[in-house]
Amino acid sequence: MPSKIAIHIVLIIIALLTLAPFLWMVGASFMATGEAGTYPPHFIPRSPTLDHYSGLFTGLQLGRYLLNSIIVSLSITGISLLVNSMAGYAFAKFSFPGRNRLFRLLISTMIIPGQVTMMPLFLMLNRLGLVNTYWGIIIPGMASIFGIFLFRQYVMSIPDSLIEAARIDGASDWRIYCTIILPLCKPILVTLAIFTFMGAWNDFLWPLIIMTRDSMYTLPVALANLMGEHTQDTEMMMAGAVLTILPVLVVFLALQKYYIKGIMLGSVKE
Amino acid sequence: MINTYSQSTRHSAYLFLTPALTAIGVFFFLPVLAALLMSFTDFDIYSLGDIKNARFIAFRNYSQLLQDPLFWKALKNTSYFVIIGVPLSIATSLGTAVLLNSKLVKLKSLLRLAYFIPVITTLVAVAVVWRYIYHPRFGLMNYLLELIGINAIDWLGDPHWSMPALIILAVWKNFGYNMIIFIAGLQNIPLELYEAARIDGASRWQQFRTITLPMLAPTTLFITIITVIGYFQFFAEPYVMTRGGPLNSTLSIVLYMYREGFHSWKMGYSAAIAFILFFIVFLITLLQLRLQKARVV
Repeated sequence: MPSKIAIHIVLIIIALLTLAPFLWMVGASFMATGEAGTYPPHFIPRSPTLDHYSGLFTGLQLGRYLLNSIIVSLSITGISLLVNSMAGYAFAKFSFPGRNRLFRLLISTMIIPGQVTMMPLFLMLNRLGLVNTYWGIIIPGMASIFGIFLFRQYVMSIPDSLIEAARIDGASDWRIYCTIILPLCKPILVTLAIFTFMGAWNDFLWPLIIMTRDSMYTLPVALANLMGEHTQDTEMMMAGAVLTILPVLVVFLALQKYYIKGIMLGSVKE
Repeated sequence: MINTYSQSTRHSAYLFLTPALTAIGVFFFLPVLAALLMSFTDFDIYSLGDIKNARFIAFRNYSQLLQDPLFWKALKNTSYFVIIGVPLSIATSLGTAVLLNSKLVKLKSLLRLAYFIPVITTLVAVAVVWRYIYHPRFGLMNYLLELIGINAIDWLGDPHWSMPALIILAVWKNFGYNMIIFIAGLQNIPLELYEAARIDGASRWQQFRTITLPMLAPTTLFITIITVIGYFQFFAEPYVMTRGGPLNSTLSIVLYMYREGFHSWKMGYSAAIAFILFFIVFLITLLQLRLQKARVV
């Protein structure tokens, strides 16, 4: 069938165009110095070398930036999952005066762009001595309204009878949260963990503002900074880009089902 | 629902809420209010040392912004990015979603994965990669164009091409995200509608226009809102690739805000820029929701 072939050709061309920058990035990162800057551009290195990767770690303390990114992203993920799931549970399964109004207020403030908070937040964290510390990035990421929203929706689907049965057995609310709510929330926990981790890893503007000392840069900030000084070192910049992308790519490939589910959850809001 | 308003459950509820509400209150709500106040002051580098140096100047930051040619330039550039970029991005998403949703297609999940990879990768890293792809001499983009007979373009060096270059990058980076949402929307359209249309002799294009598009309207509205809001905040692409140049042709609102706030330390002025951004995003969301309501009624 001709239309079947045509659709496949179009889709494959789009896929190649989509992947070409990555293929070139990986190829160039293994090329000898100067090879990526020759015409015509090619994807396969003539004599592959690991020089640029080792150079990044020995000469430019990329290991340090990698460590910073890992510490910050994992901390934000861990803390925000705990904080958001607790709040989501409270909104879903407790009744207290003003609950719905409070929840609606939170949701309506989601429209405020994060950039609005950045000037006062910087001054505040500066006063607290948290500029150039991991806490400077972690603290604003501790709770997220979107995360609370997702947890609330999910916990609402857990039957009340389960919780009431546990309460009759004398379980405290905290125990119910730990032994019933959290285990049942595993799918949404995984989904939010990936979203939060990748969001924190890829974040740029806030880390750029709060980390002014070289040794505290996260990978994206370090990479943007290297771009200024090492524009000519194409192959080394590509190696840096590969190392920045690789962790999120691995996390995504391993858990993509949960990630796609998360997009769908996010898109049914309101 | 557990009990109702009993003392102990209310206490537990507050305990569970405290960490989140404290964090959001202190590190989100409070800075928003502080930024609003700041935008009415001349908070600058002298106020950094001693906050008493900041004076209340009412709306002067805002009136000054309206006369600031760089701010208008940033607003114009950002609008250009949004007005061209968003429809292009949504059309690409919808196009690939429709093709990918066709029953004829094999290896769906593999193709979908390929389209999706730019979405999850670090924006700064791909901006770095694309800086070389746009290289006028050895860049991949010009090489591909020359293969089909188009002369080399100085993508990032020519003020006419710098913004299209950033738009192409943004569409490439984002279309996979909205594509996923569109595919889900397409799968919710009852197949009987298409069968009925086929019996009536409707062509593929007619089916697309009279069934697919209207049925996808709520999805499209949602996608438009989130994409517009996201595109209005673009920052990393010009920061990494062009530093806002050449000739400020890629200076965006957030980049200008960042420069005024954290390079010139004119934080009152910068806060005013942030609030104008908020105001624009707010108006657009409102407008789009209104449009949707008008269509439904």
